[in-house]
Amino acid sequence: MSESASSATAITGAEIFCRSLQAEGVEVVFGYPGGAVLHIYDALYRQDKVSHVLVRHEQGAVHAAEGYAKSSYKPGVALVTSGPGATNAITGIADAYMDSVPLVVFTGQVPTSMIGNDAFQEVDTVGITRPCVKHNFLVKDVKDLATTIKKAFYVATTGRPGPVVVDIPKDVTADTCVFEYPESIHMRSYNPTTKGHTGQIRKAVDLILSAKQPMIYTGGGVILGRGSEALTEFTRQLGYPITNTLMGLGGYPASDKQFLGMLGMHGTYEANMAMHHADVLIAIGARFDDRVTGNIEKFCPHAKIVHVDVDPSSISKNVKVDVPIVGEVEPVLRELIKGLNEAGSKPDAEALATWWKQIAEWQAQDCLKYDQTSGLIKPQYVVQKFWELTEGDAYVTSDVGQHQMWAAQFYRFDKPNRWINSGGLGTMGVGLPFAMGVQFAHPEATVGCITGEASIQMCIQELSTCFQYQLPLKILNLNNRYLGMVRQWQEFFYQGRYAMSYMDALPDFVKLAEAYGHVGIQITQPGDVEGAIKEALAQKDRLVFMDFITDQSENVYPMIPAGAGQNEMILV
Amino acid sequence: MRHIISVLLENESGALSRVAGLFSARGYNIESLTVAPTDDPSLSRMTIVTSGSDEIVEQITKQLNKLIDVIKLLDMTAYPHIEREMALVKVRVPEAAEREEVKRLADIFRGRIIDVAHDSYVIEITGEGSKLDAFLVALDAFTVLEVVRSGVMGIARGDVALQI
Repeated sequence: MSESASSATAITGAEIFCRSLQAEGVEVVFGYPGGAVLHIYDALYRQDKVSHVLVRHEQGAVHAAEGYAKSSYKPGVALVTSGPGATNAITGIADAYMDSVPLVVFTGQVPTSMIGNDAFQEVDTVGITRPCVKHNFLVKDVKDLATTIKKAFYVATTGRPGPVVVDIPKDVTADTCVFEYPESIHMRSYNPTTKGHTGQIRKAVDLILSAKQPMIYTGGGVILGRGSEALTEFTRQLGYPITNTLMGLGGYPASDKQFLGMLGMHGTYEANMAMHHADVLIAIGARFDDRVTGNIEKFCPHAKIVHVDVDPSSISKNVKVDVPIVGEVEPVLRELIKGLNEAGSKPDAEALATWWKQIAEWQAQDCLKYDQTSGLIKPQYVVQKFWELTEGDAYVTSDVGQHQMWAAQFYRFDKPNRWINSGGLGTMGVGLPFAMGVQFAHPEATVGCITGEASIQMCIQELSTCFQYQLPLKILNLNNRYLGMVRQWQEFFYQGRYAMSYMDALPDFVKLAEAYGHVGIQITQPGDVEGAIKEALAQKDRLVFMDFITDQSENVYPMIPAGAGQNEMILV
Repeated sequence: MRHIISVLLENESGALSRVAGLFSARGYNIESLTVAPTDDPSLSRMTIVTSGSDEIVEQITKQLNKLIDVIKLLDMTAYPHIEREMALVKVRVPEAAEREEVKRLADIFRGRIIDVAHDSYVIEITGEGSKLDAFLVALDAFTVLEVVRSGVMGIARGDVALQI
């Protein structure tokens, strides 16, 4: 049917759903069918432009959509049914909200006539998701469906991105109307700021050039806002030291000599000390999270602060700043570079040399060193070898805990969008479904999932999805038989009372991987680590589950204990 | 410090709960909240009375602005403005002397008796919150059966107008 002929014909809401997704250029939907979305699944079945990936649990669908979005600059799309389908999706939606992931999640709903009657598989999805979405919609009339979908994609992907939920009652997917997809959308109540204020940019340039001990601190906003190229240019031009947050890794090349590593609770000594002693702090696309600032009273006591962020509510929320700039990271950085070029002065070379000398002293502490003589597999060593053998060019997802911190410390990301993890919500179980989404976005790429034996079991069912779609993921299970981060805190702060942090009765992960149709390898000796990773990488078309039996007592260092300042790190 | 914030938002189902949810989720105070559609039926106007430090009120206005349904808002505390609240008060007046006295008090406060029953009056009274408080104190000697307060409405004086 041609476009012109079809536009005059009434089609069902389910068909409108498919046509709208096609119009948005959606290539893949992660989902799970159920009663309320049967019309939609039938319509998806009868078209071939949008493909559908069947997960094994709705949480996996939303995390996979997140992994897809985080690695590709395209919005992730998930489709689940009403009731339990929607509630299972909530963790993923909340995760996307905390980390500003552009996502459109479609949920089925009971027919409009039954809403509010406690119908079978009914839940107030719009009510339940309201606190953890950028926005949500309940579509009550098929005539509003196409426009609502357009709005959902627009809101999800512009400004500070985030998840948008569209709740569609079953009767709306059966009702018919003429399909017309809006080419553009205007919402009087939603106009995100893009360009920074000229006067503020001038003030920022003056402050930046006046610095004697400057520090650049950037977050996930640089990656979301496609600002890493501009950031690299800006930073190199100034010659200032730079640190990235957990979410911001890859925003600036980690192998560059101006990069001081990650900052925060498990950041490097040099990054945190430079923050503490800075006189001018340039914060870009970062939100002064408590894991970054440590004790807010002791945070950057000497610094004047410039803060660039697309979300005005991120500015002066936790820390009062001196020069706020609301705008998108990329255009604002370009304006700042222009301002630097036009400015009469240059950075103070002498002060900067002294500052770098001080930083070199902090770097000499070698805060990420670890013991390699124990005869046990050190988790850091596994990550380091994976980085070397993939030449730093893999996409890496992680779960949440010690292994996440080691991945962030030892896999040195030189490019944006390569590091996919759950920073804000800290969701165990994301690693495997994230990796699935990444592999769908980049079918040819090497995708590694650095995880632990506790986290991986939270979404282990997705190994089945990986087999169905033949996703050749490389899973590195850093198996220390403990909830490592919980155990570490219990060792430090609860006198070694390891309440419920031992993962008793673990499965045989090799057999488990094999049961799902994959390759499993167990590695118990440090000398076998390199060979196992090589072997896994050589198996180009198979998922390989590497179960590394690691040192149980290893802790993540350095560390800023809760309540301490950035200059009060525990080194080893 | 006490702040009075007027908000123009889309007159859509759920818009009110987005605002109310924001205040509870982020632990902000609400002293009162009133809302009704405006002369343009696609718009609602809300008046929120809240309190907090300058930093908190700055966050409140930013977070309100971030809600997709919010079109515009004005912290009226920064401008000369008028506040009004209405109360409906039901008072027991079984004796003639009580009826006399309550009628006199209502007149003094520019209130109106809008319902007369066998042994009770309903009085309508409008003004700033403190005036309503004072009126209720004045009624202390009587049996007040019911008090309904509307919550505060506000509008800026002069040229300042919250409109789209």
